[in-house]
Amino acid sequence: MSGDALLEVTGLTKHFPVTRGIIIRQKIGAVQAVDDVSFTLAAGQTLGVVGESGCGKTTTGRLLTRLLEPTGGQIMFDGRDISHLSAGQMRPLRRDIQMIFQDPYSSLNPRHTVGSIVGAPLRLQKVSTPHGIKAAVQDLLQLVGLNPEHYNRYPHEFSGGQRQRIGIARTLALRPKLIVADEPVSALDVSIQAQIINLLEDLQGELGLTYVVIAHDLSVVRHIADLVAVMYLGKLVELTSRDELYARPRHPYTVALMSAVPVPAPVRGEEGRQRRKRIRLAGDVPSPLNPPPACRFHTRCWKAQEICRTTEPPLAELDPGHQVACHFPENGAPEDSAPDGGAATGTSQAAGELS
Amino acid sequence: MITFIIRRLIATVFLLIVVSAITFAIFFLIPRLAGQNTYQLATEYVGRNPTHAAVLQVEAQLGLDHPLWVQYWNFLKGIVVGRHYNSGISTTYCPPPCFGYSFKSQQPVWPQMVSDLPVTLSLAIGAAVIWLVGGVAIGVISALKRGTLFDRFSMGIALAGVSLPIFFTGLISLELFSYKWPIFPNVQYVSFLTNPFLWARNLVLPWLCLAFLYAALYARLTRAGMLETMNEDYIRTARAKGLPERTVIFKHGLRAALTPIVTIFGMDLGLLLGGAIITEYTFSLHGLGLFTILAIDNQDLPEILGVTMLAAFFIVFANLVVDVLYAVVDPRVRH
Amino acid sequence: MADALLEVSDLHIHFPTDDGLVRAVDGVSFTLERGRTLGIVGESGSGKSVSSLGIMGLHQGTRAQITGHIKLDGEELVGASAARVRELRGSKMAMIFQDPLSSLHPYYTVGAQIAEAYLVHNKVSKQVARKHAIDMLGRVGIPQPATRADDYPHQFSGGMRQRAMIAMALSCDPELLIADEPTTALDVTVQAQILDLIWDMQREYQSAVIIITHDLGVVAELSDDILVMYAGRMAEYGSAEDIFDAPGHPYTWGLLNSMPRLDQARLDRLIPIKGTPPSLINVPSGCPFHPRCQYAAETNGRSETEIPALRPVGPGHLVACHLTSDQRRAARGGAARLEDA
Repeated sequence: MSGDALLEVTGLTKHFPVTRGIIIRQKIGAVQAVDDVSFTLAAGQTLGVVGESGCGKTTTGRLLTRLLEPTGGQIMFDGRDISHLSAGQMRPLRRDIQMIFQDPYSSLNPRHTVGSIVGAPLRLQKVSTPHGIKAAVQDLLQLVGLNPEHYNRYPHEFSGGQRQRIGIARTLALRPKLIVADEPVSALDVSIQAQIINLLEDLQGELGLTYVVIAHDLSVVRHIADLVAVMYLGKLVELTSRDELYARPRHPYTVALMSAVPVPAPVRGEEGRQRRKRIRLAGDVPSPLNPPPACRFHTRCWKAQEICRTTEPPLAELDPGHQVACHFPENGAPEDSAPDGGAATGTSQAAGELS
Repeated sequence: MITFIIRRLIATVFLLIVVSAITFAIFFLIPRLAGQNTYQLATEYVGRNPTHAAVLQVEAQLGLDHPLWVQYWNFLKGIVVGRHYNSGISTTYCPPPCFGYSFKSQQPVWPQMVSDLPVTLSLAIGAAVIWLVGGVAIGVISALKRGTLFDRFSMGIALAGVSLPIFFTGLISLELFSYKWPIFPNVQYVSFLTNPFLWARNLVLPWLCLAFLYAALYARLTRAGMLETMNEDYIRTARAKGLPERTVIFKHGLRAALTPIVTIFGMDLGLLLGGAIITEYTFSLHGLGLFTILAIDNQDLPEILGVTMLAAFFIVFANLVVDVLYAVVDPRVRH
Repeated sequence: MADALLEVSDLHIHFPTDDGLVRAVDGVSFTLERGRTLGIVGESGSGKSVSSLGIMGLHQGTRAQITGHIKLDGEELVGASAARVRELRGSKMAMIFQDPLSSLHPYYTVGAQIAEAYLVHNKVSKQVARKHAIDMLGRVGIPQPATRADDYPHQFSGGMRQRAMIAMALSCDPELLIADEPTTALDVTVQAQILDLIWDMQREYQSAVIIITHDLGVVAELSDDILVMYAGRMAEYGSAEDIFDAPGHPYTWGLLNSMPRLDQARLDRLIPIKGTPPSLINVPSGCPFHPRCQYAAETNGRSETEIPALRPVGPGHLVACHLTSDQRRAARGGAARLEDA
């Protein structure tokens, strides 16, 4: 691990209240979007946060950039507690923490020119630039691989990949220390994804950036992350280095997730399908409004025992640098532990929970 | 769904009370805040001969010396159980629902409104049916035949309909179709119960003029809604299932496009029921609209108060119906 | 050898627009037998969706100009009457789409929509249709189908909605099922379930399946044969083994090399395909891929002027490229080394 800890998150929690009532709305429950998430990220490193819908990764991203305020826990950025800073106090910090959004089509204002979009952070934060804002913006455009002469063009004149580059240029305008990228490549074509991933990696090397990359695509995270956090229904279920996670995933959900990803290699007929021992999870992800008690994964886990229904497994460091929240973690490599045929398959016997 | 309706009903009742309070305040509180005393206020309610004695009598009858909330309470009570206007010397009785007593015309307001209501109802509902059916039909055809001559032509006419004021179209049509060519001579309201045929014939011109105005708007709305809906993915799915095009257009397309139209229709009709003032005036139909104008002309405050309350009631109620209808039409709202 | 259920030959679909002629599909041919799956791979603008909409006859009423042949079970669909094609839609050939939430009508219950699909092609009573709808919902793995049939689409979760769409598509027992990006909008674990479902349903109904996707993993899971499309044209066509073990087209190499993979540690930089997919109005002359191809120079200018014909590089394996087999082998050798890194 190089560098000091830039981001230290402890017990991060965010609950959204749910109200009901005919005249007076009472709070009857809460969407437990993020529950007790903790990790430490060193400067210059990349944290990949993976999970499916409802796992809370997007909310976590918004909490880190303080677009939302946590209901519990603490976020320490560069040694400073930013968990409950007011908008005014956050403003100077916004130079250091920036966000890249998923949809390159809706995250750029169609009525502003590219130059004004990328220059906006400089103007808002009243940054002094040696040669003027326009020159600074053109430098940024060049940095992300765009033609600086397109300064006066509008977003609709660019392709999806180019728009994402504009978004990245905007993010870099203030030379942030930390960039939270929420699904930065999922809206792009396959051949463009690689370009953007390479760009992000180059920029990290050149500018010493620290990334938190939120993605559902395990392959992208494998490529780009140093540290990986797996989330399920608001909980952090596994946290370890990239190499360790992909070599020895220990939480059953991580194992199932990896085995569910279709691999671009032909299956070769019927026996091929049998040999590709796949763990199929039953049903859909339960609703975060009413997560299962104790271990939230127990309703879909093929190893669930009584204790899983009654006691929540703590996030424990089972191996050095490898934290897992499970009473019966997997031990070895995925092929050894996946049961043949697994839990209920996707067809008639599916007995999952419907959200 | 039931909780939804109950919640809306409670809100409606609450809203009606608020409307009555505000209206009451406009008539009885604001003049006081402006510096008028009760005597001056009573003067405005008195009839043609504002003798000193008459004003004092009215002042007592209206109970203007009582605290404001007592006055308001009496007013509300009157709507339910009727009201006695007691001046000490004589008592006038205003049977329930009592929305006020016009001292100028020496009669309760409500019966006058009730007698004028059928005219407005006939006018509004008849025109509404025409503009809804006509406007939606033209809108659907224009959307399906987008860019063709029909589309451009109908949208052009729609522009005219929206732009031409109703007194203009009304007077022109009267001039042409009532005086010059006596197709619809003598446009006068005839009650449906007296002579249905005459009732309808005499209303054709006002119906068409009023409907022309609104049909234009609804044609444009329907066209826009249809164009948007027909681009939706579920239309593609409907076609992929092999459904006949007519089913795709009406059952899948129009059904979805109509939702915002229904909302607006409810509001428009609600507003219109309060009195299509200009139309009634142009065609001399004695409905609530004409009643309102005459009341304003005569500065008859109780009548103005009464008709304001009634119109507000129609609008609030229309709002409620529209909200419930919306939930019926769009299942996503219910959950 | 089974008869081909679907024979597409030299299909062209063009759209005249104010900006020019959009050549969405430009010369696509393939055959598909019962019980087999064809995967059509391509990025946005490749023409993969437009061609399947063309097979389904869903360009009726648009300005599309369709030439070529589409033979479903021997019956020619191009130029057939709209009524006949409509008869076949939903009954003999069915399609499922990418986003099940927007593809199902929000105002009607799921059961009603499935029953509607059945009623259009079968003269039965509403009760029978409803019972069939419930039966289909059960078959695709939706628990308590009788109750769920009366729910609206927004009350289903994403995976369940897609299952409902599959149930609707299969309700009339079609011989051809086209799945257009069926799992793109779904979570990974749900995606796996849906892919398994499609596989199982195919075995049960013995239908032919076309799966359209940009995801090479998905295509590898399900397909027997694969068609790689680029700028409306066929770049490569072959069995799944051919395409993955011995791909012949530089675009396919580019796709395989640029993807981060779960099964391989790609620790070095990814090798993206430079440039962006072309506009379908101004398709590059000659080989449409040449501006982005790193081997274009080796063709001595042919790739800029001459459209490459589809040539066999192996039994049943076709590639539209000007490179000679020696050049291909050399390039492939280099590419293969990169893959193992």
